[in-house]
Amino acid sequence: MGLPIELTYLAASILFILGLKGLSHPETARRGMIFAEIGMLLAIVGTLFHRDIISYEWIVAGLIIGSIIGGAISIWVPMTAMPQRTALSHAFGALAASLVGVSEYYRHGADISTFKMGALSFEVLLGGITVTGSLMAFIKLQDWIRGTPITYRGQNILNLLLLGVTISMFFYLFFAPSAHLVFYAMAGLAFVFGVLLVLPIGAADMPVVMSLMNSYAGLAAAATGFAISNNVLIIAGTLDGFSGFILSVLMCRAMNRSITNVLFGAFGAEIEVTLSGSLGEMREVKAEDVAVQLAYANQVIFVPGYGMATAQAQHAVRELATMLEARGVTVKYAIHPVAGRMPGHMNVLLAEANVPYSSLYDLEQINPEFPATDVAVVIGANDVVNPDARDNPKSAIAGMPILEVDKARTVVVLKRGKGKGFAGIENPLFFKPNCGMLYGDAKASLIKLAEAVQNA
Amino acid sequence: MSTEVIIAGLYVFALAAFLGYQLISRVPPLLHTPLMSATNAISGISLVGSLVTAGAHYNTLSTWLGFIAVTASTINVVGGFMITDRMLKMFKRQHAPRKDSTEEQKRA
Repeated sequence: MGLPIELTYLAASILFILGLKGLSHPETARRGMIFAEIGMLLAIVGTLFHRDIISYEWIVAGLIIGSIIGGAISIWVPMTAMPQRTALSHAFGALAASLVGVSEYYRHGADISTFKMGALSFEVLLGGITVTGSLMAFIKLQDWIRGTPITYRGQNILNLLLLGVTISMFFYLFFAPSAHLVFYAMAGLAFVFGVLLVLPIGAADMPVVMSLMNSYAGLAAAATGFAISNNVLIIAGTLDGFSGFILSVLMCRAMNRSITNVLFGAFGAEIEVTLSGSLGEMREVKAEDVAVQLAYANQVIFVPGYGMATAQAQHAVRELATMLEARGVTVKYAIHPVAGRMPGHMNVLLAEANVPYSSLYDLEQINPEFPATDVAVVIGANDVVNPDARDNPKSAIAGMPILEVDKARTVVVLKRGKGKGFAGIENPLFFKPNCGMLYGDAKASLIKLAEAVQNA
Repeated sequence: MSTEVIIAGLYVFALAAFLGYQLISRVPPLLHTPLMSATNAISGISLVGSLVTAGAHYNTLSTWLGFIAVTASTINVVGGFMITDRMLKMFKRQHAPRKDSTEEQKRA
């Protein structure tokens, strides 16, 4: 492949690693990304001198079309739609990997070594699952189909059977690399499996799905690296694969569930028996009264959830917070790892609204602060503040680490209506004596609160 | 493919895996969304494989598949880096001088 090209790949690998290292702190993150961008540029320019390349028309066309689409999406996509964009990009990345895999197989066919065959199969298999799985996740996040799990009888058995057949084909190809039909059938089944895999997963579990797809897309790229003996691909793909894997583990831990449970548990499908009779009545509060509590508080903690994203309420939260801070109130934000639809979703939205990141707190940091907090304001979050996870071992979410807002002196829950949360689980928090419900669209409620604080 | 090449590849994979674990564990939850878009852009490096496939004229099918792959990877590389930067720009330690004040006046 020529030494100069290999050297650009080596430089790219080092720059990628420096880039990811920069992400360990918000102050160094942008500089790190510039390193990674330079690395990418070097590798691409180097590759253009590859001796196999004899003409550039398709390359240039692809580069231009891709840049226009990619640039346009990244400029115009709203921050609230970041999960959808990320799902799409996993699909694109995996598509590229699986197409290169198919092309390599088509070109070399029978005279392929066992190892290369394994890498190619792996690439096409993971790539296929990721393409359709991510597209399904996209469709669910975009609300084109309902976000609740879609289940039917024998679903898990069918899925496992399909997976079994696909994996058998994978191993068969080791011994009979020339079985074209098996290879293409395997690729096709991988695409089907991706759809079936994500169908039964509820929208609230999307942070795990997103992380897993991130991991698969990376591993597919790494497999491409093995198939075409390219180290920079192996390195970048492995880094991506591990990043996704670590995020999946963190997300699962934040829900006290296993990955198997997330994938095959169809969580939130069945509606639980309602307990509201025994729990008492929810207390509705008026915006004016809440505003007075907020205005004269020492410390207020905002707890955002996916409802804040759907209501596009992040700017309204910040405006209310600025007003409170001007009155001398300490304002903090408590971010649960699985709040929203992807890892870090809430942080990005609040950063967009100009909330300084020094006011954003993780689960462990903020929980000890609730007892000393006058008002905790829950904005469109539900399961992540459900005290049943801590107190009731029989609860469907038992053991899930929660934000202990119920320990604050007063809790105000901004909620659209009286209905249950996404998972269909009753939330005893809403019935506690220190908890008041402020019904209505989150953004409208927050604006009302801000107006009332101004007059307080 | 010779055994040495395979073994060298496996070494690279194993070391990258350990390094990845170390690097990613240090990324704070604050930056998990930019992390995901950044790693996505970086793994768009599979573009280098697609480039050769698209430009080598091995056969018509390969050229077409390569072309689609180049387009898809480029979307990820360009879009991924641009959107990561757009996000990272927003993270500020303290209240920055209000850049978006005009936008806020519009809303108000």
